[in-house]
Amino acid sequence: MSIRLTDIAKHYGHAGKGSPGQAGGRALEPVSLEVAKGELVGLLGPSGSGKTTLLRIIAGLESPDRDPAGRILFGDRDVTDVHVRDRRIGFVFQHYALFRHMTVFDNVAFGLTVLPRRERPSSGEIRARVHRLLEMVQLEHFAGRYPAQLSGGQQQRVSLARALALRPDVLLLDEPFGALDAKVRQELRRWLRQLHDELGFTSLFVTHDQEEALELSDRVAVMSHGRIEQIDTPDALYRTPANRFVFEFLGDVNHLEGEVRGGTLTCGEAKLVVDLPDGHQELLLRPHEVRLAEAPTPEAQLPVTVTAISPVGAEVRIEVAADWLVEPWLATVRHADYERLALTRGQRLYAIPRHWHRFSAEGTRQRQAITA
Amino acid sequence: MQRIGDAPAVRRALITAAVLLAALFLLLPLAAIFAQAFSQGVGVFWHNISDRYTLAAIGLTLFIAVLTIPICLVFGVALAWLVTRFDFPGRRLLQTLIDIPFAVSPVVAGLIYLLLYGRNGWIGGWLDAHDIQLMFAWPGILMVTVFVTSPFVARELIPLMQAQGSREEEAAVTLGAPGWTIFRRVTLPNIRWALLYGVVLTNARAVGEFGAVSVVSGAIRGQTMTLPLHLEQLYQDYNAVGAFASAALLALIALFTLAAKAGLEWRTARQEVTP
Repeated sequence: MSIRLTDIAKHYGHAGKGSPGQAGGRALEPVSLEVAKGELVGLLGPSGSGKTTLLRIIAGLESPDRDPAGRILFGDRDVTDVHVRDRRIGFVFQHYALFRHMTVFDNVAFGLTVLPRRERPSSGEIRARVHRLLEMVQLEHFAGRYPAQLSGGQQQRVSLARALALRPDVLLLDEPFGALDAKVRQELRRWLRQLHDELGFTSLFVTHDQEEALELSDRVAVMSHGRIEQIDTPDALYRTPANRFVFEFLGDVNHLEGEVRGGTLTCGEAKLVVDLPDGHQELLLRPHEVRLAEAPTPEAQLPVTVTAISPVGAEVRIEVAADWLVEPWLATVRHADYERLALTRGQRLYAIPRHWHRFSAEGTRQRQAITA
Repeated sequence: MQRIGDAPAVRRALITAAVLLAALFLLLPLAAIFAQAFSQGVGVFWHNISDRYTLAAIGLTLFIAVLTIPICLVFGVALAWLVTRFDFPGRRLLQTLIDIPFAVSPVVAGLIYLLLYGRNGWIGGWLDAHDIQLMFAWPGILMVTVFVTSPFVARELIPLMQAQGSREEEAAVTLGAPGWTIFRRVTLPNIRWALLYGVVLTNARAVGEFGAVSVVSGAIRGQTMTLPLHLEQLYQDYNAVGAFASAALLALIALFTLAAKAGLEWRTARQEVTP
């Protein structure tokens, strides 16, 4: 079932429970969002960006502002004024929120046992359904355990089975893997994606982890300050960010700030030939867009010193600093180049940009290749 | 490395002092009560206990406690629920107001009730015109007892419910559970031990309350005398054995309450290890 939001806004009153510093402020600017049937969409943003508030409003755990009067539609059903318990959603909490005094079995069965008598399946049927769900989350041998006797990953799987017991059309997940360690997180991510594709529900999940959002989602909505900055496929977000916030939030960024005069940007002893009008300019570069070399080129004279080397992973991450840099730059080089250059800490090199990006005050983006 | 006060001599001195003080101020008076009560034999003790007025006082005390507990239970749960699950203007003020019965001297509380509901009081005049008597009768005793004991349950529940948060209840509501079902199947099982503990404390205070009750009771023998008031009266009448017999009864109730409390604490501690 598709989810359609129009103009959903939220501001907290004087007794605001929101993040500190935004009491009485706006948690959500009017937000519109569409999630297609069977789609898995991630809400990504730093803390305080309003992503959890948005998710809780969709669930019905919080109510949106009356003015502007936003609407929430599940398929053709307008659920704006429908109580949580009648919205037919599955909700997964960051800290699992399992009923601590009930066994795993009773936790999963809860939704079925509280159905009105005429809709409630027989106890035999409930038992069969719960066991099927526990099999699906690979916890069939843990039915008699209590939540406190399970690991975090197992608890989150129970909480997923519990949310799916009523076969909801919409599954909402609030930082589902936030409290787990990296390896379990990776495993659960893959498993959730499989489950989603198998069962075909519509999912919306909140995360502050870029990697998780980009890896798991069909589309990602990047949020900041209560607004959706951009919603797109992971690939499109990375390649064509709509604005500077999205660009900076999705991955590491190096900054180069300086005065342009006659086609050359100068910043201390650093010089770079650019095709820009005169004036103050700020350029942004991804780590993989920075090459390190032993000699400068006519276009780029950016002397730097290696301050840290991290050879773990597919590429070697090199941190470089210089007097003309406010913050150190990060460059990634291939292992072969790393060995060829025989990099050591303290070595003096030249950074040579392959590309750079610039966002104008109006928010338009410019990407330019350096032609050597 | 040695911790502070870990020298054998210091340790021995501290333990001796603690044991001595406990014996002097706690055990000795308790023993004295029973010694005095039985000083002229079991027969006299029994005679005093089965006295018509004493029986009436025991009956009234238990009656008041039995009525007070459910009232405080409902009030305390509702208050704790309100304060921990909702955010509204004045929430902090309300949390402070809960403690008023602890802060105010019970005698003052009794006097205020007398002032309000007595025959010449603000509300009492109207009540009198409608032939309703609250003061110098059991309803008055019940009112001040509820006032004095009302914070116990809420005070036990609020920190616990704050620590537990409302996530489990939110999970239950997303699963379609109606409000009453959520309370019965999710909230109540999580707070039941704290709730029982609050009831134990409420009971102890309701049975032993003297100051507030003495103001509003009117001390009519056989009618509005609770056990603590009766005890005082007996003592005033130079019936020491009678007074101590009643005191022994009160002490017994207190000991039972303590045992119940210890049992609950043991139970809770064990539950935390293996749920």
